Amino acid sequence: MGSIKALMGKKLGMTRVFAENGNSLPVTVLEVGPCVVLQKKTVEKEGYNALQLGFGEKPFKRFNRPMQGHFKKAGSETGFRYVREVPVDNPKDFTVGQEISLADVDTGALVDIVGITKGKGYSGTVKRHGFSRGPMGHGSKHHRAVGSSGMSAYPSKVIKGKKMPGRLGGKRETQKNSLIVDVRPGENLLLVRGGVVGAVNQMVLVHFK
Amino acid sequence: MDIIRKLAFEELRADIPPFRPGDTVKVHVKIRESAEKERIQVFEGVVISRKGSGISETFTVRKISYGVGVERIFPVNSPRIDKIEIVQQGRHNRSKLYYLRGLRGKAMRHKIRNKRALY
Repeated sequence: MGSIKALMGKKLGMTRVFAENGNSLPVTVLEVGPCVVLQKKTVEKEGYNALQLGFGEKPFKRFNRPMQGHFKKAGSETGFRYVREVPVDNPKDFTVGQEISLADVDTGALVDIVGITKGKGYSGTVKRHGFSRGPMGHGSKHHRAVGSSGMSAYPSKVIKGKKMPGRLGGKRETQKNSLIVDVRPGENLLLVRGGVVGAVNQMVLVHFK
Repeated sequence: MDIIRKLAFEELRADIPPFRPGDTVKVHVKIRESAEKERIQVFEGVVISRKGSGISETFTVRKISYGVGVERIFPVNSPRIDKIEIVQQGRHNRSKLYYLRGLRGKAMRHKIRNKRALY
């Protein structure tokens, strides 16, 4: 992908493809790019090298004037639903308003995918931390409850960081080393092996290596 | 969703003949022995089920090999299948013929015999 290290995309869903040796592979289909360069950030000015990219159309009227102006500066006719910064080595290789699409990615290469996991709500310890549950029958009344949270008179308190029930999911997560099975630059499609964090139609960041 | 369906559609094979549970088929399976060598193995038996749809569709073929019942499940659109030959059309009275597992020899043959052949 040249010198750009990541692009934004959308998770479209899953299917399966057959590999050349006949093996069936589960794949997640991602629509990656095109992303528009909205702003260049340089060491001289901002202290680091990065590009600000926009992805996913969203009409101008949904934005306030300052944001509209920011998009118009890049020569865009619409606003963008997602605006993210992506590190680059040399911002001078890019121009504001430039469209960056999926190109020259090798199949068989690995990518890291960042997304927001599906929210599971307030979950118990069995689901959240993989605790084992108690017997469901034989007179047992200890099914999926937390159990002991610590010792008695000493230390007389619950140790910090004790795994307990609470909010699960809905968190940013990086999934490392997903295998690229197929790339279709014309259709902006990237097929990676296995699942990808998050729900369908959600934005994901694909980090190329 | 449409893109997913389109991708799966591209993987579908057009050269697979229509067959149904109850049919006796010969499945020519490509077997790769080494990087160079590839040979075809034929698995002949009765189709006892077809399940799934689109790219994920599979079918089960049952045969009696040396007195032992053997079942193989193939993806319908697998590139490992060289071709499928329909040896005999069977009676199609239900979509899953799992009850054939309890039958042997003649009893099984009676169950899958083609209606047209009967009359």
